[in-house]
Formats: sequence, C-alpha cells, structure tokens
Amino acid sequence: MRTQGTGPAPQMPETHYLNATYGIRSWLLTTDHKRIALLYLASVTFFFFIGGFFAMMIRLHLLTPNGLLLTPDMYNRMFTMHGVAMVFFFLIPSIPAVMGNFLIPLMIGAKDLAFPKVNLLSWYVYVVGGLFTLGAMIGGGLDTGWTFYTPLSTVYSNSAVAPAVIGVFIVGFSSILTGLNFLVTVHTMRAPGMTWFRLPLFVWAHYATSIVMILGTPVVAITLGLAAMERLFGLGFFNPAMGGDPILFQHLFWFYSHPAVYIMILPAMGVISELIPTFARKRLFGYHFVAAASLAIAVIGFLVWTHHMFLTGQSTYAAVAFSFLTFIVAIPSAIKTFNWTATLFGGSISFDTPMLYAFGFLGLFLIGGLTGLFLGALGVDINIHDTYFVVAHFHYIMVGGAVMGYLGGLHFWWPKITGRKYPEWLARIAAFILFIGFNFTFFPQFILGVMGMPRRYHMYPPEFQIYNVMSTAGASILAVGYLLPMVYLTWAAFYGEVAGENPWPATGLEWKTQSPPLTENFDVTPVVTWEAYDFHNRPDLGLDVPSGQGSPVVAPAHGDD
Amino acid sequence: MQSPLPTFPEQASNFAGNVDTLFSFILMTTLFFAVLVTVLIIFAAFKFRRRSEKEVGDDVHGNNVLEVGWTLIPTIIAIGIFAWGAAIYVNYRIAPKDTLDIYVIGKQWMWKLQQPNGRKEINELHVPLNRNVKLIMGSEDVIHDFYVPAFRVKMDVVPGRYNTMWFRPIKTGKYHFFCSQYCGTNHAVMGGWVTVMDPAEYAAWLSGESGDVNPAAAGERLFTQFACNTCHIANGTGRAPSLNGVFGANVLLADGSTVVADEAYIRESILQPKAKIVAGYQPVMPTFQGLVTEEQILNLTAYIKSLQSQPVPAKGGGIAPSTAGKK
Repeated sequence: MRTQGTGPAPQMPETHYLNATYGIRSWLLTTDHKRIALLYLASVTFFFFIGGFFAMMIRLHLLTPNGLLLTPDMYNRMFTMHGVAMVFFFLIPSIPAVMGNFLIPLMIGAKDLAFPKVNLLSWYVYVVGGLFTLGAMIGGGLDTGWTFYTPLSTVYSNSAVAPAVIGVFIVGFSSILTGLNFLVTVHTMRAPGMTWFRLPLFVWAHYATSIVMILGTPVVAITLGLAAMERLFGLGFFNPAMGGDPILFQHLFWFYSHPAVYIMILPAMGVISELIPTFARKRLFGYHFVAAASLAIAVIGFLVWTHHMFLTGQSTYAAVAFSFLTFIVAIPSAIKTFNWTATLFGGSISFDTPMLYAFGFLGLFLIGGLTGLFLGALGVDINIHDTYFVVAHFHYIMVGGAVMGYLGGLHFWWPKITGRKYPEWLARIAAFILFIGFNFTFFPQFILGVMGMPRRYHMYPPEFQIYNVMSTAGASILAVGYLLPMVYLTWAAFYGEVAGENPWPATGLEWKTQSPPLTENFDVTPVVTWEAYDFHNRPDLGLDVPSGQGSPVVAPAHGDD
Repeated sequence: MQSPLPTFPEQASNFAGNVDTLFSFILMTTLFFAVLVTVLIIFAAFKFRRRSEKEVGDDVHGNNVLEVGWTLIPTIIAIGIFAWGAAIYVNYRIAPKDTLDIYVIGKQWMWKLQQPNGRKEINELHVPLNRNVKLIMGSEDVIHDFYVPAFRVKMDVVPGRYNTMWFRPIKTGKYHFFCSQYCGTNHAVMGGWVTVMDPAEYAAWLSGESGDVNPAAAGERLFTQFACNTCHIANGTGRAPSLNGVFGANVLLADGSTVVADEAYIRESILQPKAKIVAGYQPVMPTFQGLVTEEQILNLTAYIKSLQSQPVPAKGGGIAPSTAGKK
C-alpha cells in the first residue's frame, strides 16, 4: 500500500466505534453494525479453521490408495463436517454477514442497518445454530455428507444427524434476518442523492443475495425440519419403506441449496466490482449491465436446481428443460466477467494486494464457471456427475471465487475496519502462494473426475494416486496461504501503520469518513452528487484528472468535508 | 498402456465416443474463451499499468454494442452445447427394444446382479460384446449409483423405484465399476468389475455351473409360497385378475384410466396394492411391504414377465380392451 504522497502522516482518530465503549458487555450487547460484523468475523473465522482442519485431514488421508490415517467412518465424518462447516457456517455468512454488515450502511450513507437489534439477534441465532452443529460434531460426528440425502440420513446413518440438522435449521434464520435487514436498509436508508443507480455494485450484489436468502432459506429450513422429524419420530416423508420419496428430499434441498451457491458467489462478485474500478481508477464498464446481471442470477438461479439430479431417474423432459436453464444462468456471469475485463482497458492499474486477489478471482472464477458448462451439458454429465470433476468445479467457484473475493475484500477494507494498514509485500506474497496452492490442489481433481474417480471415497484404485498426491501437496501450500493473512491481518489491526480516511483512494462513501469510523458512521449525513466509481468529478480524492476531462459541474462539498 | 499422467479411461461402450467428443468440443470452446480473457487481462494489466501515483483512468461508461455482442455470442454457443448434450442424454435415457436385461440390486455395501438365465454375481458383471444391455436397478436401503467410467454411463439406484440404464459394450476387457452416490461407511468399497466378453465366450460362461435357479423359476416358487396363486388364478376365475399376458400390456383401472404394466407397476402393486386397482376388482389384496425383499420382487417380476406369452383368458385378465391399448 502506498502512502498518500505529501502531507503529514495520518493520525488515528480519537474516538471511533472500537473505543467508543469498553468491556465484554459493550460487545455482546452492541447494536452497532460494525461491531456485529466483527463478531461475525471472529465466528466465521473459527468455523473456517474447523472446516480447514477437516480438509487437511481429508487430503492427508488420500495420499495413498488405501488411505493413510483414518477409518472409513472417520473419513466420512471428516468430509461431511468439512462441508457443513464451510458451507453453512463459513461461506454463506462470510461476505454478507461480515463485509455486507460492516459496509452497506457506510456505503449508502446510513447510521446503521434498518433493524440494529434484529442484526444482533441474527448473530446470536448463528451462534446457537453453530453450537448445535459443533455439539453434533463433537458428540458422535456426522457422516451423511453436507447434502443430508435421505434415506441415508434419516434412517441408516449412525451419527448425530438430528442435532446437526437442527443446527443448520437454526442458522438459516440468521441468514433470513440478515437478508431482510439488508433489503429494508437499501430501500429506506439511502442518503440524499444516493439513487439506485449510484449504488456501489457491492450493494446491488447484496441486494440480489438478500432476495435469495429470504426466498430460499425457508425452503431448506422446512426440508431439514422434515428430515429431523423423520429421523426423530419416524414420520415417513422421505423413507420409501413408509411410502415416502427420497427424491422429494433432493428437490426440496436443492431448491435452496443451488441458489445458496449464488448466496456465496454474488457477494464475492460485488467485492470484485469494487476492487477493479478502485485499482484501475476507472468507472466499472457497463454498470447497469453488471447490476442487472446480479438480479438475473438471483432470479434464474432459482430455476436450475434439478441439474444436481440429472441421474436420479427424473423425467427426461425435466432434465432437458433444466439443462437449458442451467446454460442460461451462465450468461449473466459471462457478462460480468467481460465487463470486469473491459474495465481494465484504459485504466490506471496498480497491483496492490486487493487487486491481486481480484485478478486471482477472475482467473479462478473463469475456470470454475466454464467447467460448469461441462456439467450442465446432459451428455457429459452422465459421465462426470458425482466424480471429482464436480468437486474441483465447485471448489473453483466457492474457494477460488468466493474466498478470493472475501480475502480481497478483507485486505481492501482492513484499513477502514481497523484504521491500520497491513504489510503490503507480505500480503502480496501470501496472495501469490494462495493462487499457486489453490490451483495445485484443485486442478488435478478435474483430471481425476475425467478418469472416473467418484467423490467421497476413502480409498481408491492405484491409477488415481498421482493426482491425489498432487492435490495433497497443493493443499499444504494452500494452508500456508490461508494462515499468513490471518496472522499479519491480526498483527496489523494492532500495530499496523495508521491508514487515514482514504488510503487507496477509493470513491465509495465508506471512504468519506474517518478510519475506523465513528459509531454513527458520519458526523453529518452525506449528500451524494457523484456516480459510483467516478474518479473524474472527485477533486476531493486529490488525483490528477487531465484537463478537459470530467464534467464541468464539479461536485460540491460533501457533507463532512 | 499406463502413462505416467493418465487422463481418459478406455472407450468401451457405444456412448464413450459421443460423450468424449462433446467433452472435447466444450473443452476447446471454453479453452478459447479462457485464453482470450486471460490474454486480454494480462495485456491490459501491462499496457494500462499505473505510471504515476496520481494518475486516473479514462472516463468511459460502457458500450452497448459490446454488451449485446458478449451477451448474444455466449448465449448462442451455450444453446448449441445444450442441444448436443441433450441429444446424447435422450438417447441414453430411452433404451432400445430387444435388450439383454440384467437385474441389479444395490445394498450397503455390495452389488447383486443377476443374468436373465438366473446366474447370479456379486460385484461382478459379465456382458457380451456388441449387445445392447439394460440394467434394471433397485436398492435395498439407501441411494446408490452404478457407474462404469469406461462406458461413460451412470445412474442412481434409488430405493422405492426402478431406474434403468443401458449401454452397448464395444470392446472386450475388464473395467471398473463404482458406486458413485455416497451411501455410508463403505461407499468407496462398493464397486467391482465389468467383464466384456465375446458372445461365444459369454454364452459358455453363462451356461457354466451356476446352480442358481433362473429368476422366473424362483418367482414361480415365490408365487406359490406367498399364496399369490390362490387369487391370481391363471384362467381368470379368481378374486384377482389373471396375470397371463399382463406384462407390457395396458391395464384398465377402476378409475377408468389405463397404465402400462411395467416393472414399476408390478412393484407398486406388490408393495402398495391399493394404489392402482384393476377395473372390476375389489381392493382386497394385502400389502407385502416388509415381507418380500427387493430380490424376491425382481424374481416375481421375472415370473410375471414369463407369463407374457401365456394365453390370456377371455374374462378376468384385467387387460384393457385393444381399443384403449395402442400397442
């Protein structure tokens, strides 16, 4: 990170949201969206560690064809708990509940979310759900796969299915409350002048995500509720021996869980839409198209769920229709990728760490998205469905896409969150290690899939070993790549160089208040007179706008200037 | 044969070539776009790198022509890939007539397979070269999936219903098959070998000592053992319809609709007899849920199938009048 040229070194503001009040009570009973975001940050990081530990166990075990260190039952518990921890307790809440929570009010010029107490409640709901699931993991484990397919989960599994399912059921409400809060906030609390089409695309992406959260999560809650009742009371919803239909479970489950993929990736796309204009110092190319693409993904994402079920024996007509819709849902993502790329042209591009993550995201999301076309094509899916190809594909989206976006965003907004800078060179090296480690881990899995290695295998025929060894080697590099930012970001929060109000500089409203912000975010409600990512009409940023460029109407003072 | 970095398995069925061709086509197409975008990004990153600290980029909003272009072109390509994939899939889901039918039962954690003549195998499947083979698959417990990578085909094996899959082996040899739907503790062990043999060899193998009763004969025995024959009397005078010639025919139901008497219908009629009542009969049949195993149902089905050629009684057959049946 560059210092801002001339002028005195920035000082930490005297009061800000972190030191406004003290004591554990002031955190646990806070209604400040920024503090709640930090509570979420701590808790999702905890689950990321748990999920990551299980992942390391899985990769170590698969080093040899007969498995290195776990019994089959232990292995099954490891991959199940890896999936549950990562999907429900890390990926789904990560960007929305941490960064969305912190930034949406700041970005739209509001003092807080619309329902601050509900926001705190949603964190407590998350914690209660998390404790249930943790309890299940410690007492008995879980071996159904994160998908909880029936009748394995409801009748045959000898693990702690009920508490785990109840935990996921509970955590869903946290998601619903967060989505509700975001929607109402964006609708009602935008600052004067912050019209819909001046909103940062991060906010648009979260708006679309919130729609999915509110419409999809109740369905999975009901589904898991039914599964819990079948497990606990023997009600025959899904068990064919009692007249139930196990495929019904899959329909209901994927009706949420496919859109849930977009809950994970849309916010990351939102982060990327902030990073690229900031570090290319240029408006995002095709703003309206990118915003519309977010909404299109949210809507069409609800219409593709049975592509997880092409080979369950579902009707051929249904499979054909859903395959078609699957190809259609890919288009908005392609539009976004092209617009991000076009933004770079004519920009003034720097290679600060967040931008490196944005580049990493583009590359990995590209591979993740394009490999989706293989799986969406019915004829190819017959072969690679339920193989490692699928595992590689969704890790490129979830880890390559969502986690790269998450880390890029954390680095970008860390100066705003903590008021301090992270060590730039160390961060660049970590980003590089992550990118290498990631590809090393997951690219070989595509080939394993093509070779026909099914997923969720605790042992495998020897011809698959070479790629498993590569993958495990990559995973150990990847682990270093994750540990580094955790260490230096934590260090930087306390000892980093003071960042100042707008170190990059960036155009969003969140950069027009002190770092870290006041509890109320802004001294005076800001008035917005510029479009998103407009560097040319922003003399306050102190950049060299070539004469003749920029509209003649120079933006007036902005509230707190 | 074994390269240090293997990729595709052998192409041993009629589907393998088609699936791989489409795979390669998608690979080339996506590779083109991936390389294009990557090159553009790298080019832009160098060309437009920041030269001075306070520099800003151009003031560009967008370009509608470009937007329309990069929406339409990928859409057209995507629809092309979709159509190609759908064509292969539809061909795969609709089995040809005149197949060699093999019954498959999945249970935690083994496969039981039975040839038409009754020869049983466990975790092994022998099939003749160049013959259309259809697997009729059921599960005793949880969802499994029968997957033969060398054939590029798989299908879930779901409790409570029959799924079928078909293929035509085109290359003799021994190929892995796997369970590819996670099914509990020993999911990874639940696999075996498909052996594709020359037809003559297959015939010899099939007639080799097996000691197994063929499924139709076993079904006939069960038919008496469960006392099915006391009501389903062949000449149509019983309390239940005669089953002669029923398999594959249209059955007229009490509500006036007709249904094709296939494997799924027979299975349902054994387990939930009240679901579909044949016109003119009372719902008096008890359920056999929990009394018969999946294997016994398959045997009974095979027996009923074997009655296909038996004379249908004029009355008491349950078969819809030929005007309703279009066969």
